Amino acid sequence: MGFWDVTKNLLSGFEQTCLIFALTLVLALPLGLVIAFGSMSKFKPLSYLTKVFVWIIRGVPLMLQVMIVFYVPGFLFGTPLLPRFWAVIAAFVINYACYFSEIYRGGIESISKSQYEAGEVLGLTKSQIFFKIVLLQVIKRILAPMSNEIITLVKDTALARIILVAEIIKEAENFIAYGLVWPLFYTAVFYLIFVGVLTLLFGFFEKKLDYFKA
Amino acid sequence: MALLEVFGITKSFGKTKVLKGINFSLEKGNVLSIIGSSGSGKTTLLRCLNFLETPDTGIICVDGEKIFDASTAKKLKESEIRQNRLRFGLVFQSFNLFPQYNVLDNLTLAPKLRINEKNLSPEEKKQELEHITQHALELLNRVGLSDKADFYPCQLSGGQQQRVAIARALALSPDILCFDEPTSALDPELTGEVLKVIKDLKSENTTMIVVTHEMDFARNVSDTIMFMADGVIEEMGTPEQIFDHPQSPKTHAFLNKSFENF
Repeated sequence: MGFWDVTKNLLSGFEQTCLIFALTLVLALPLGLVIAFGSMSKFKPLSYLTKVFVWIIRGVPLMLQVMIVFYVPGFLFGTPLLPRFWAVIAAFVINYACYFSEIYRGGIESISKSQYEAGEVLGLTKSQIFFKIVLLQVIKRILAPMSNEIITLVKDTALARIILVAEIIKEAENFIAYGLVWPLFYTAVFYLIFVGVLTLLFGFFEKKLDYFKA
Repeated sequence: MALLEVFGITKSFGKTKVLKGINFSLEKGNVLSIIGSSGSGKTTLLRCLNFLETPDTGIICVDGEKIFDASTAKKLKESEIRQNRLRFGLVFQSFNLFPQYNVLDNLTLAPKLRINEKNLSPEEKKQELEHITQHALELLNRVGLSDKADFYPCQLSGGQQQRVAIARALALSPDILCFDEPTSALDPELTGEVLKVIKDLKSENTTMIVVTHEMDFARNVSDTIMFMADGVIEEMGTPEQIFDHPQSPKTHAFLNKSFENF
């Protein structure tokens, strides 16, 4: 099997990798904000509950969580609740939303109270203060930790292989049956290019927000 | 009738009584300076007037209209509080400009958001928006910063930032403009430009309450001086009365200490 055949196969796996990445990101980014508000809630039971939830999700290996989401409903009900791919998405979204929520919380709490007060005395509503004044300052402050987390997500997609989702590593492993090991190492190139693009993108956003200090 | 009347304001934080019954009134166009040592309750009083703190008891009236009554305060809706607080403007010690907006947008942000809440036809809305921008540019001219409209706060000196903050507070045309130690965060050479703006506002008959440590300024610009100590108004009167003939020993001691430092 030649180089191009391998590349073509790996690309189809890479498509799955990208899909896991994109879906996780799109769903976990807003869900993280909801969890962040939960853990910052003045209603103590909600805040404690959220914090325990975040502790559990961050405290258990993601690989295990993927297996739990996929296999445990099977043990309980005799049939898996979700197809493999969606089990991966569910586990990833919950896991990453929890990590994001802590970054959001740190960012939101780092904005000084006086910014809120300045908005209040100008007669703005709470939501206007958050969306028009606080949010962009938060985004600027959390850009670096978020880029770290998002780059980690690119490589964590490889964990989908544990329940046999055909992402790029799984595709590469298939070649081992034909005596080819190099495709497995070749996958690194795909990850590197992906992360390279992301790095440039985050650099661009950081530059975009360079015009103010917060 | 006085523009502002304040009756029996008290405020505690936990067990600490910060305000122990504040009564005063302020005439339209007059300037009231509040002096006193740290912890005397000056800033808390100002924050109560601006609804950043809710007084435990007391009544606040502006223009004869009761805008706050502690006995009914819990029933107030957020929209009513927002409406009432616009009677007052507040300039903070630390400016608190919005860093991601340029100077002009800092001024127009709140007025423009208020336009959206009114039900206006697109034509009316466009006119209102133009009016807001026009008004903001005039205000910038008044604080001497016409040429800085598209600068960002981080590009300005502290004195310039505080002048923008004053213009921002004026953009909503409050009845009473409050200042919370407006020059305390500034380098000494920058306080002058801010104090000058406040003086100019006085000559335009702006009603103002200024919490300050600048004794000379308070003396020059104020119609009334309020000296606060331990949560009460220890003494109140014209600048001459307070600075030249203080009646209370506490006032005397405070003034002696303040002028010793120079």
